[in-house]
Amino acid sequence: MAFGIRIRTSTKDDLTTVQAILKHPMDTGNSRDPETGNMIPAFFIETVTIHHGDKAIMTCDWSRAVSKNPYLSFSFTGAKTGDTVRISWQDSNGDTKSKEVVIQ
Amino acid sequence: MNFTRRNFISQLASSATIIVAGVGGLLKPILAFAERNVDAFNAETESDALAEFFPGLEVTPSDAVTISVHDLVENGAVVPIKVNTDLPNVKSISILVEKNPNPLIANFNLTPACAGFVATRIKVGEPSNITAIVNSDGKLFSATKFVEVIEGGCG
Repeated sequence: MAFGIRIRTSTKDDLTTVQAILKHPMDTGNSRDPETGNMIPAFFIETVTIHHGDKAIMTCDWSRAVSKNPYLSFSFTGAKTGDTVRISWQDSNGDTKSKEVVIQ
Repeated sequence: MNFTRRNFISQLASSATIIVAGVGGLLKPILAFAERNVDAFNAETESDALAEFFPGLEVTPSDAVTISVHDLVENGAVVPIKVNTDLPNVKSISILVEKNPNPLIANFNLTPACAGFVATRIKVGEPSNITAIVNSDGKLFSATKFVEVIEGGCG
């Protein structure tokens, strides 16, 4: 499956709200593959880092109990039109993914 | 140096290793992630998780923390949850589900630029109390809400 990141930002007064969907199966390790009957090993996003421009504004530590294709929303102040927001994650296999959007 | 085919290939391989190592070194500072508290995430009870994650700190229930989640959830695999707080200087917001195999679900480390708000979707295995813990100036404040789950979501 594709491990994309979708980000939407909206700014009102000085407050920028970010909504994001991070595509990831977030397997808990407790379920079986319906076709083979084998256990599916745990495989989930462990850390998420959010940058506003070059500055890290937020980090998240997640367990396998965050839902599949995690949704994340948060707000921050001090952003101007044309600034960038970058969301990066690292999963339990050590794979990483990153996406940057420009605040409209 | 005798320029044989075997020599050439082995040198090619070693120089490729150096290039890969160099690129890896460059990428590291960009993707520097915070140190993960593995013991807290593996803890099997809520009190153990809190003791690992916030050693020596007491949790005080507070009206300044609000946790928005439905009372009755049909599908425990996707439980939308929103945490809001008016407290000053919020350093982190953590979400715990008491009855899940590992109660600590997620921790969000905030900086002063962030508003006291996070929203996400979590899995809840069985009807359980959900607790949000806000670290404000090094003190912990919490809000708890009971959620009825019809079909558990930890499978």
